[in-house]
Amino acid sequence: MLELANIRKAFNQGQHNEYWALKGIDLEIPPARVNVLKGPSGSGKTTLLTILGCLARPTEGRVRLKGEDISGLPERFLTEIRRSTFGFIFQQFNLVRGLSAIENIILPGYPTGTPRARLVERAEALLADMQLSHRRDAKVEWLSGGEQQRVAICRALINDPEILVADEPTANLDSKLSAEFLAILRRLAEAGRTVILTSHDPLVVESEVVDRVYSLRDGQLIEVVDTRRAWP
Amino acid sequence: MNRWIEKQRHLIDFTASSLARRKGKSLGLLVVYTLLVFVLASVSLYTHALRNEATRVLAGTPEVVLQRLIAGRHDLIPPGYIEKIGRVRGVQKIEGRLWGYYYDSVLKANYTFMVPSDRRIAEGEIVVGPALERSRGLAEGNGISFRAYSGELHTFIVSEVLAHESELVNADLVLMSEADFRRFFAYPDGHYTDIALWVANPQEVRNVGLKLINALPDSRPILREEVLRTYASIFDWREGMMLALLSAAILAFGIFAWEKAAGLSAEEKREIGILKAIGWETGDVIAMKFWEGFLVSLLAFLLGYVAAYVHVFHFEFALFAPVLQGWAVLYPSFALTPKIDGLQVATLFVFSVLPYTAATLVPIWRAATTDPDTVMRS
Amino acid sequence: MIFQPAIIALLLAAGLSLAMLATASPFAVQLIRHWDLGSGSERQLRLERLTYLFSMMVALVCGLQILSTLLFVFNADKMSVMFVGAMCAVGALNANAYGFPALYAQLALFFFASTWLAINRLDNQARDYPLTRLKYVLLLAYAPLAALVLYLQFNYFIRLEADVITSCCGSMFSEEADTVASEVSAMAPRQAIALFYAGLGTAVLLALWHWRGAGRRVWSGLAVGASSVVAFFAALMGIVAFVSLYIYEHPHHHCPFCILKPEYDYQGYLLYVPLFAAAAAGLAAGVLTLFARRPSLATLAPQASARLAGIAAAGFALFLAVASFMVLSSNLILLE
Repeated sequence: MLELANIRKAFNQGQHNEYWALKGIDLEIPPARVNVLKGPSGSGKTTLLTILGCLARPTEGRVRLKGEDISGLPERFLTEIRRSTFGFIFQQFNLVRGLSAIENIILPGYPTGTPRARLVERAEALLADMQLSHRRDAKVEWLSGGEQQRVAICRALINDPEILVADEPTANLDSKLSAEFLAILRRLAEAGRTVILTSHDPLVVESEVVDRVYSLRDGQLIEVVDTRRAWP
Repeated sequence: MNRWIEKQRHLIDFTASSLARRKGKSLGLLVVYTLLVFVLASVSLYTHALRNEATRVLAGTPEVVLQRLIAGRHDLIPPGYIEKIGRVRGVQKIEGRLWGYYYDSVLKANYTFMVPSDRRIAEGEIVVGPALERSRGLAEGNGISFRAYSGELHTFIVSEVLAHESELVNADLVLMSEADFRRFFAYPDGHYTDIALWVANPQEVRNVGLKLINALPDSRPILREEVLRTYASIFDWREGMMLALLSAAILAFGIFAWEKAAGLSAEEKREIGILKAIGWETGDVIAMKFWEGFLVSLLAFLLGYVAAYVHVFHFEFALFAPVLQGWAVLYPSFALTPKIDGLQVATLFVFSVLPYTAATLVPIWRAATTDPDTVMRS
Repeated sequence: MIFQPAIIALLLAAGLSLAMLATASPFAVQLIRHWDLGSGSERQLRLERLTYLFSMMVALVCGLQILSTLLFVFNADKMSVMFVGAMCAVGALNANAYGFPALYAQLALFFFASTWLAINRLDNQARDYPLTRLKYVLLLAYAPLAALVLYLQFNYFIRLEADVITSCCGSMFSEEADTVASEVSAMAPRQAIALFYAGLGTAVLLALWHWRGAGRRVWSGLAVGASSVVAFFAALMGIVAFVSLYIYEHPHHHCPFCILKPEYDYQGYLLYVPLFAAAAAGLAAGVLTLFARRPSLATLAPQASARLAGIAAAGFALFLAVASFMVLSSNLILLE
């Protein structure tokens, strides 16, 4: 699905505080599996996630999505790919305050030019799937943490992406909600979606939902462990 | 194409709701913006209406007025001049005119006394302009006395008050019969103030002027088109001066707009970061911000222009009138004829919307090029 | 110098165009020197971000030129009362040698900017941005043109003196003041009509043909570009030589500007909007075919060129139809 070859990423390039967050990463993400990037803070896992999710371009190295090299693409095209192929769930949920749940969910559909009626229809189906239909028109700041999380999942799914990317998704959830979240992820993976998340939460890393764990330290990949299923 | 339209609709939706969510900030900008448009539009509508008024009034005046000069000063037309001009080709009508100024010490104001050519006024009667009606409390049938320059007191009966329609010109007018006029000013018989000539074909006017100079070398013909031209440049100049004074305000507005656009609140920055992360492209954010500017400008422009229109045409330019008007002691209070023209609106646009657009260009670009991964790095 | 708001507005708009293009120039040089799409370095990312700003600026310059061309013409018309012998905008523009050149320079800048925007749009569709360097080399040439516009306008306005009553003694017109030419010279109607229909007809047919061929033939694309330029001038000549006469219903009033005025129901816009849109599109259609040989544009360039040719054909055809309608519905009889 996604392949990285010798990925390096620098910040403050050419200045005295130049810093390499990733120092040559090679990895391959299989389709329809739940993948976890694990590591202490500062290990480069979030930077790696931004490159995997086409949010940023690597300074050096190649990124291949379904065999196509996308590492040299300008932001304009990277965004197009990101919009259609990736859905994002963030640590702080990052919902737009002041807008209702449904309005937040359809936001990623705006630049595609899909008619509003169709977007709303899709969003309603997703809300129903997450048992949130009754909160459809509630402003997001009135929602509980768990509800916000589920609205964020709906938003990530509105453009029907193949890959779901989540950054520390359980950091703001208690154990019960985390377990519910993991169950949702499993459902999505079983439906054929690829899931990539970062976490240092043992509840996630050791969960039976997870298929593969990538361990990072100091910008390098030190270990890849397949945890659950047998690989085809 | 449909997708493009649909997308713009989404962007407009979003930007409208985001303006509504930030009422304080949007309202502040809108008020300042509207105020600027209001002031500029008031000045421009007013001078434009004045110019029209002058043109309209002059349209009824003769094409050529002939004055006699002695040592470069205006003098009376002696008897026989009209005959000396004789028949000039293209001139429809020649006529000696009688008019003069009278200083009223009661009101400390100047009136224009005139003998009308197109109507007869009975001896002992006068027709007065609306300003006299107001300030001296005159009405039809009232009597009024003026002390002539010779010291004699003359009493007249007001037979009519002129219409208010074009008060700019006839406000201080007093019309009387020729006999009264000559008696009042002790004006020598056979002399006139100046000579008016009506010329049908506009192309002929200059030739008529040249012929007049040849026939009467001590005279000065004044063409209506010259007067119009002079008025036009005076009004333009006044408007330009006003604008130069207002340029500081325009500059201040530009800086204000820059500040507003550059000083994005943390909440707005976060929003743009989210939008970029969930798949909005830089161009989408720019388009969204463009629509924001468009909506704000449109609203401010409409509000400011309508307010200025009401100010000028219904409240008689009450706020700034003393700056632009003021050539007589008796202020004519005249209702201007409403008129809007394209040049004026386009000029106004350049002075209000353009500074706004230019000032917000770079801040918009800065905001729109936020890195998509910002939200994940915070 | 005549001091009035519209003039200040025009100088402001020209100054702003120049300021934007001039500040963009050093960055354009940087971009030309360091552009390397393959690199993910921070400098490259910064340069890519800059391209968005430049597109916005050129779009604004393009819009400004349209606005200020209109303003320029209206203003000239309004000022015409101030010059002896000037009947409308033509006379005011003839008041000194800078009037018409300033107008032409503005139009040139508009067409340059619109062509740049077409190239920019095409470039942004190809994943490797193949025309970026070229675009910014072109952009460098625009700043001097914007400077020329400002220079010509400034000289035009600074040299204007209204023929007003200035002295109390000598009447000014006894000195036999110069009068300005109040009409543009025009071709004989018969020739003009032939040129008009031949030029525009050719442009429509070529553009249609290029459009039908999906823009794949390079030389037909070039022909569309060239014929659009020719048609544009033929159209302007035709407007001056006979279309305007039919609109004014006056056999000697050859003014291309008065038709924009309310007295003539703004009919000029019906002519000029399709004409300018068509000319800009046709020109761009020609320029874009030049890029069809680049591998990443092999399909995109002909597509874009064909679409623009379609717009050009429609625009010129609409212009022809409107002009013919105006001629036919007029009461003036020019040709027996």
